[in-house]
Amino acid sequence: MSTVAAGDHHDHPESPYSIKRWLFTTNHKDIGTLYLWFSFIMFLIGGVMALVIRTELFQPGLQFVDPQFFNSMTTMHAIMMIFGVVMPAFTGLANWLIPMMIGAPDMALPRMNNWSFWILPFAFAMMLSTLFMDGGGPAGGWTLYPPLTLQTGDALPFVILSMHFMGLSSIMGAINVVATVLNMRAPGMTLMKMPLFVWTWLITAYLLIAVMPVLAGGITMLLTDKYFGTSFFNAAGGGDPVMFQHIFWFFGHPEVYILILPSFGVVSSIIPTFARKPLFGYASMVYATGAIAFLSFIVWAHHMFTVGMPLAGELFFMFATMLIAVPTGVKVFNWIATMWRGSMTFETPMLFALGFIVMFSIGGFSGLMLALAPVDFQYHDTYFVVAHFHYVLVPGSIFAIIAAVYYWLPKWCGNMYSEGLGKTHFWLSTIFVNLTFFPMHFVGLAGMPRRIPDYALQFSDYNMMATIGAFGFGLSQLLFLVLVIKAIRSGNKATSQVWEDAEGLEWTLPSPAPYHSFSTPPAIK
Amino acid sequence: MAQAENSYYVPHGSHWPIFGSVAVCTLLVGMANYLNGTSWGGNMALVGFGLLVIMLFGWFGTVVKESRAGLYNTQVDVSFRWGMFWFIFSEVMFFAAFFGALFYARNYSLPWLSGEGSGAMTNMFLYEGFEASWPSAANGPGNVGGEYKPMGAWGLPAINTALLLSSGVTLTWAHHALKAGHRAQLIIGLFLTVALGAIFMACQVLEYKEAYEHYGLTLGSGIYGTTFFMLTGFHGFHVTIGAIILAVILFRCMSGHFSSDNHFGFEAAAWYWHFVDVVWLGLFVFVYLV
Amino acid sequence: MFAIKRLNAWLGLAFISVVSGSAFAGQPMNMTPGVTDISAEVYDMHMIAFWLCVVIAVVVFGAMFYSIFAHRKSRGVTPATFHESTTIEAIWTIIPFVVLIALSIPATKTLIDMYDTSDYDLTVKITGYQWLWHYEYVEDGVDFHSKLQTSISQINNDEEKGENYLLEVDNELVIPVGKKVRFLITSNDVIHAWWVPDLAVKKDAVPGFINEAWARVNEPGIYRGQCAELCGRHHGFMPVVVRAVPEAEYRQWVAANAKPESATEYAVVSQ
Ligand code: HEA
Ligand code: HEA
Ligand code: CUA
Ligand SMILES: [Cu+2]
Repeated sequence: MSTVAAGDHHDHPESPYSIKRWLFTTNHKDIGTLYLWFSFIMFLIGGVMALVIRTELFQPGLQFVDPQFFNSMTTMHAIMMIFGVVMPAFTGLANWLIPMMIGAPDMALPRMNNWSFWILPFAFAMMLSTLFMDGGGPAGGWTLYPPLTLQTGDALPFVILSMHFMGLSSIMGAINVVATVLNMRAPGMTLMKMPLFVWTWLITAYLLIAVMPVLAGGITMLLTDKYFGTSFFNAAGGGDPVMFQHIFWFFGHPEVYILILPSFGVVSSIIPTFARKPLFGYASMVYATGAIAFLSFIVWAHHMFTVGMPLAGELFFMFATMLIAVPTGVKVFNWIATMWRGSMTFETPMLFALGFIVMFSIGGFSGLMLALAPVDFQYHDTYFVVAHFHYVLVPGSIFAIIAAVYYWLPKWCGNMYSEGLGKTHFWLSTIFVNLTFFPMHFVGLAGMPRRIPDYALQFSDYNMMATIGAFGFGLSQLLFLVLVIKAIRSGNKATSQVWEDAEGLEWTLPSPAPYHSFSTPPAIK
Repeated sequence: MAQAENSYYVPHGSHWPIFGSVAVCTLLVGMANYLNGTSWGGNMALVGFGLLVIMLFGWFGTVVKESRAGLYNTQVDVSFRWGMFWFIFSEVMFFAAFFGALFYARNYSLPWLSGEGSGAMTNMFLYEGFEASWPSAANGPGNVGGEYKPMGAWGLPAINTALLLSSGVTLTWAHHALKAGHRAQLIIGLFLTVALGAIFMACQVLEYKEAYEHYGLTLGSGIYGTTFFMLTGFHGFHVTIGAIILAVILFRCMSGHFSSDNHFGFEAAAWYWHFVDVVWLGLFVFVYLV
Repeated sequence: MFAIKRLNAWLGLAFISVVSGSAFAGQPMNMTPGVTDISAEVYDMHMIAFWLCVVIAVVVFGAMFYSIFAHRKSRGVTPATFHESTTIEAIWTIIPFVVLIALSIPATKTLIDMYDTSDYDLTVKITGYQWLWHYEYVEDGVDFHSKLQTSISQINNDEEKGENYLLEVDNELVIPVGKKVRFLITSNDVIHAWWVPDLAVKKDAVPGFINEAWARVNEPGIYRGQCAELCGRHHGFMPVVVRAVPEAEYRQWVAANAKPESATEYAVVSQ
C-alpha cells in the first residue's frame, strides 16, 4: 500500500496530466517543478507591475496611473519579486537538487514539503486580491513602515495575514532543507564534501528560520496597533515608529542575503564545470558564506542612517556593513581563481554565471558606497539605491536562477536546450538589464527620489532609457519561456553526464532523473 | 514493510496539505474580513478554524498510523527531531521580536521621549515636563489609556512561575517513567503536567481580569500595557497549544502508543513544553521583575 | 583638496559619459558638490569611493577577462589543477580589509561633524505634513507653510512644464549665508524626510520625535530638494526650496515677516 522510496514496487509517477498528482505530490522533483513554474508566473506578474512603473516614468508628468496606484504597484512589485519569485525559485531549485546532490531518496519531510508549496498560491491570491479592494492595495512600500502603512484601507489585514502565510511556507521549506541536509546525506558525504549549493542553502535556511518569525512579529504589531489599540509604533503611547524599522530590517537585511546566497552556490557549481578545474578555495567559500550570514545579523540599520540614530549606532552599523565586502570579495576572487588557467568554454549557463559575477559585483560596489553613512545621506531613498539593489537582484539573483535552469534543465527533462536561443537570451538580457538599471545610478546621484510617479525635467533622459530597457528585458524573458518549453517537448537527448566535466552526484543519475533519486545511497569517493 | 529498517519512508501523495491550505486561507480571509468589520468574517474564520482542526486530526492521525505500523526507521525519527527542533527555534525568534520591542521601548523610546540622550529636543519641544518611569508611568507622553497600576511580580505571576516550573518537573518525571516502562507514573505525571498548565491558564485569566477591572491596565495602556499583554498573551496562547498537545499525548499514552525506546511524539511535546517554560522565565524576569 | 575634487569631477564625468553615450551629457548624472563644507566633503568621499570601486573593478574584471581570453578551451589549453593557496587567500582577505579601514576614517570624521549641532546661530523647526512643510524660526518668530506651486495642468500635461517643474514652492525657506542653521525636524502625520542635496542634509521627519541636522551655506542662491521618504499619495509632490541670502537681507526678511508672539514661546531655547 504505502510507497517506500527504496527499491520498492510502486515507483511510478502518475501521469503528468493528472491534477491529483500535482495537488497531492510528496515527490521532491514534482514539488520543485511546481515551485519553479509558480515562480515564473509570479515573475510575469511582478514584471508587469514593474512595467506599469516604468511606463508612468517614461516621461515627466502624470500620464497613465493615479499616484496612489503607482505606489501600490511599487509595493506589490517588490513583494511579488522577493516573496513570489526569488524565494520560491530557490526553494524549487533546492527541492530538485539537494536530494540528488547529497544522495538522498527525497526531502526529509515530504508531506510538509507539499504544504510549503501549496500555501503559496493561496497566500499570493490573497495578496493580489487586495488590489481590488476599497482603498486599493498596499501602497506604503514593501518596507511597510508605519504610520503610513496603517493608512492602508481594507487591504491591510489581507496583506499582513497573507504575509504570515508566506512566512509559514518559507519556514517550513527551510526546516525541510535543514533536516534534509543534516539527516539525509549518503554515508561518506561529510559536511565538507557537500557541493556549495547545498552549503549555501543550509546557511540560507538558518537565516530564514531566524528572521521570518521576526517579520511575523513585526507585522503582527502593525496589526494590533491598527486594530487593537496597542502603542508599539506610537510616540504618544511611549512607542516609536522607528522601532518598526529596526524590527523590519532585522529581518530585511538577512533577507537580502537569503536572496543571494543560493545564487553563490549556483555560480560555484557552474564555474568549475566550464573551467574544467576544481573550485578554488572550497573551504574558504564555506567560511565566507558563514561569515556573510553572521554579519548579516548586525548590519540592519544601514537602511536607517537618516532616521536619526545616535552617532554610536551609525558608526557601528557603518563599520559592520563595510566588513561584508571582505567575505564577499573572497568569493569573487575564488571564482576568478577557479577560471584562472582553466580550459574554458562558454555555454549559456557559464555566460549567465559570468554575467552574474560582473554585474553582482557592480551592485556590491554601489552597496559599499551606500554603506558610508555620511554619503548615504545623499544616496538614501534615491534611485541610486534602486540601481544598487536591482543590480544585485536582477543580474544577481535572477541571472543565477536562470543560469541554474540552463545548467540543470537537461538533467530535469532529459533534453538539451537550444544553445543558439540560450546565447541570444543571454546577450539580450545583459544589454537590456544594463540599459534599464545603469542610468538609475545617474538620476539617483542627480537627486531623483525613489517611489515617485513624476519627476523634475532634468531626470527625463535617463528615465526614458530605463523604460526602454525594461520593456526590452521583459520581452527577452519570453524567449526564455519559449526555449524552456521547447526543451521540455523536444531536443537532443542529454547524456547522464550532460556537461563534459561536471562534478557531483546528480550527474551520476540518468537524464531525465528518475522519479525517486537515490533508492540506495550512492558510494561517495 | 519489512524493509522499514533500512529504507527511508517517503509517503504517498496526501490530500491533507492542500486541505490545510484551504483551511488556513479560509481562517485568514475570515479574520481579515472580521477586522474590516463585516458581519460574516468572524464566522468564516471559525469555519476555517474548524477545517484546520480536521486537517490536524487527519494529518497527525496519518502520521500516528504510519508510525504504529512501523514504517518509520530511526532516520525518519531523526528528521522529525530536526524538524521539531528548528520549529521551536523559529518560535523563539518570534518571541524575540516582542522581547526586542520591550527592550527598545524601555531603553530607547521612553528615555528619548523623556529627554535623555538624543531626545533632548524631542522632550523640550514636544513634551515639556514629561518624564517616563517604568513601570508605573510608561504609557507615554499622551498618557494613552489613562492611569493604571502596573502588575507586580509577587502575586499571581510568582504563583504562575511555580506552577510552570513544577509542570516541567512532573513532565520530566513522566518521561523517566516512560523510559523505565512505569505506565501508571507516566500517566499520572502527564496528567499533572496538563493540570498544572490548565491552572496556569486559569491564573492568567484571573490576572487579566484583575488588570482590566481593578488596575486600569489594558492592552491600550500605552507601551507598558502593549508589551505586557502582547508578551504574556502570546505566551498564554502557546501554553494553551502546549497543553492541548500534551493532552493528546496523554491519550496516546493511555492507549499505549509509545514504547520505552520509541516515543518521539512524547518528546516533541515535552520539548515544546520546556520551551514555553523557558519563555515564561524570560517573561517573569523582564516583564514583571525588573 | 580642491584640485583633486576638480580632477575627480572631470574624470568622473568623462568616464560616465563614455559609458552612457555623449548624447545624454546634457543632464546631471552625478552628485552635486553642494554649497556647504560638509556637502563638499561628502562629495569628495563619494568620488573617492567611486574611484576605489572603479580601480578594484578594473583589476578584478581585468583578471577575469584576461582569463576568459587566454584560458579558453578553443585555444587548446590544458587545465591546471590547483585549487587552494592559503597565502593568496590571506592576501585577498587582508587587502580589502585595509582598504575599508582607510575608507572608514574620513567617513567617521565627516559623520561626527554632521552630528555636531552645537554652537548654532539660529534654529528652524521643520514639520512635515501630508503633503507640505511647515517652517518655524524658533528665535526669530517667523512661521509659515510651504507647498508645491507647480500647477495641476502642468502635471497633467495640459500645459508646458516650467523650468522648475515640481521643484517650486509658494514660500521658500530663507536662511542667512555663513551662519550655522540648526534644523529640528519632525512630522505631524507619517514619516517624511527633509532633503536638500546642495546642503547634504537629509533627515527623516518622524512623528513624535525631533531629529536634528544643520547646515552652514557658503554661497547665496536657491537650492531645491524633495521629500525623500514615501509619505503617501503625493509624496512626489512635496518639494523643499531653500533661499540662502546675505545676513542683512535675511534680517530684513525677518523684520518683514516676524510674528513676535510666536518667538517668545520658545525663548528658553535660544540660550
Ligand atoms: C541580493 C540582495 C542584496 C545584496 C547581496 C546586497 C548587498 C549589499 N548591500 Fe544592499 N540592498 C538590497 C539588496 C542587497 N544588497 C536591497 C533590496 C536594498 C534596498 C531595500 C529598500 O530600501 O527597499 C539594499 C539597500 C542597501 C543599503 C541602504 C541604502 C539606503 O537605503 O540608503 C545599504 C547601505 O549600506 C546596502 C549595502 C550593501 C552592501 C555593503 C552589500 C554587500 O554585501 C556587497 C558586497 C559585495 C561587494 C563589495 C562586491 C564584490 C567584492 C569585491 C570584488 C571585493 C573587493 C571590494 C572592496 C574592498 C570594495 N544595501
Ligand atoms: C527580486 C527582486 C526584484 C526584481 C527581479 C525586480 C525587477 C524589476 N524592477 Fe524592481 N524592485 C524591487 C525588487 C525587484 N525588482 C524592490 C525590492 C523594489 C523596491 C520597492 C519599494 O520601494 O518598496 C523595486 C522597485 C522598483 C522600481 C522603483 C519604483 C519606485 O521607487 O517607485 C523600479 C523602477 O523602475 C523597478 C523596476 C524593475 C524592473 C524594470 C524590473 C525588471 O527586471 C522586470 C522584468 C520582468 C518583466 C518585464 C516581466 C516578464 C515579461 C513579460 C510579462 C512579457 C511581457 C513583456 C512586455 C510586453 C515588455 N523596481
Ligand atoms: Cu513627504 Cu514624502
Ligand atoms: Cu541591507
